[in-house]
Amino acid sequence: MSPFQLNDPGSSFHDLLQSQYPRLFLGRSDTAHALTDNAQLLQSVPHGTTILALRYRDGVVICGDRRATEGYTISERRIEKVYKTDETSAIAISGAAGPCIEMTRLFQVELEHYEKLEGTLLSMEGKANKLSQMIKTNLPMAMQGLVVIPIYAGYDLKRKIGRIFKYDVAGGRYEERDYYATGSGGRDAKATLKRLFKTDLSGEGATRIALEAIYDAAEADVATGGPDMLRGIFPNVKRISEQGVEDVPDEAVKTVYETMIAELGRG
Amino acid sequence: MSMPYYVSPEQMMQDKAEYARKGISRGRSTIAMEYEAGILLFADNASTLYKISEIYDRIAFAGAGKYSEFEHLRKAGIRHADMTGYVYSREDVTARSLANAYSQTIGSVFSQEVKPLEIEILVVEVGERREENGIYRIQFDGSIHDERSFAVVGGNSEALNEALKTRYALSPLKGALQLCREVLAEGDDRKNGRGTFEAAVLDRTQKGRQFRRLDAATLETYFK
Repeated sequence: MSPFQLNDPGSSFHDLLQSQYPRLFLGRSDTAHALTDNAQLLQSVPHGTTILALRYRDGVVICGDRRATEGYTISERRIEKVYKTDETSAIAISGAAGPCIEMTRLFQVELEHYEKLEGTLLSMEGKANKLSQMIKTNLPMAMQGLVVIPIYAGYDLKRKIGRIFKYDVAGGRYEERDYYATGSGGRDAKATLKRLFKTDLSGEGATRIALEAIYDAAEADVATGGPDMLRGIFPNVKRISEQGVEDVPDEAVKTVYETMIAELGRG
Repeated sequence: MSMPYYVSPEQMMQDKAEYARKGISRGRSTIAMEYEAGILLFADNASTLYKISEIYDRIAFAGAGKYSEFEHLRKAGIRHADMTGYVYSREDVTARSLANAYSQTIGSVFSQEVKPLEIEILVVEVGERREENGIYRIQFDGSIHDERSFAVVGGNSEALNEALKTRYALSPLKGALQLCREVLAEGDDRKNGRGTFEAAVLDRTQKGRQFRRLDAATLETYFK
């Protein structure tokens, strides 16, 4: 594998990959050129859609639906869009599924690599900035339509708060105070979040709002998958607090939806 | 015209080996020891510069001798492991492959460079079962040893090795920690106060990354 070299290449795995394995590197401009500007070809690439995050009392809730589409076809019903990136942060992805998952994997290794080499954790700000640089290097691919637009959320151990970062295709990084949603159903999800968000929500309360936002997005947007009671497929939710990243189990999500649907039926 | 003076290869290697050995024995020792739930790494280290480090999910590193030199190797090992795990899969990162890479690098420095590395390192891997554990000891000339139960590098390693041979028995973590502390204290005429040790475990009962440091407060509870 990698040759042991005597001059130090630094503590970033992303940079190490770029210098040692340029062929594996995301966003190579020649790969982007090789992709013709062919709309039909691009439609055959699975795209992931609605993702969101909102703050609550102890940290932040991050959530994503499970559908991936190829043009007008559903290509995947069970895709995961929310990934734990380290002990106190997680990423949700929207855009071209392949590059998104690849970038997530690279980002996970990046954080672990830094921690092991330096013997210390990156700050929340440092992690968010590194992700921004990684998205920027994907720009040539993004120009061809293979965009990666994540939401990065985590618990800032220094400031003792949950934090949410959103990104644009060019790697621009913006911090959101309370909540954010993006992807094809993002606008609808955001409308629900705006309507229901309050400061100082409980973990359960914030989870319920996140799931309701996904539900509303799925009602209005064909590319967003709502709860699938028949197959037992539910949106992924993670709660991040000082204690770490906690998966909300499918059964709990199912219960929330059952209650919600019963209430909607009555109303 | 000046004549280059001749040194026989044997003499040169001997000189280098002697130089490296001297450097390594000046430092303090580090022990790797199997216990019931995994492998313990234990070093006599009063400084905040670590001798023990995580490499990957099940793999750890410990160095003895010159800090700058084994620190360099430690970083190279992490890069090697992370790159392998990224290109293939996390399961494909093994201590044996890493130990071989170390052996090659250290060996070529020994034969090609004027100054050999004054280091001795351990690469350990905890397996699902005890039989699958791996403890590799790599010396300054690149020679590699596949150890069982325990291994000692640096300082007065031969004496410690002898002491452990008669006293080692597989035990829970508490027992292993106490034995390490005892033999280190006996093998050293400098007085060791509590809290001057550096310890970490590879714990197979832990999920995901199995490396865990034991800080001074945790060690204290075990030494009670």
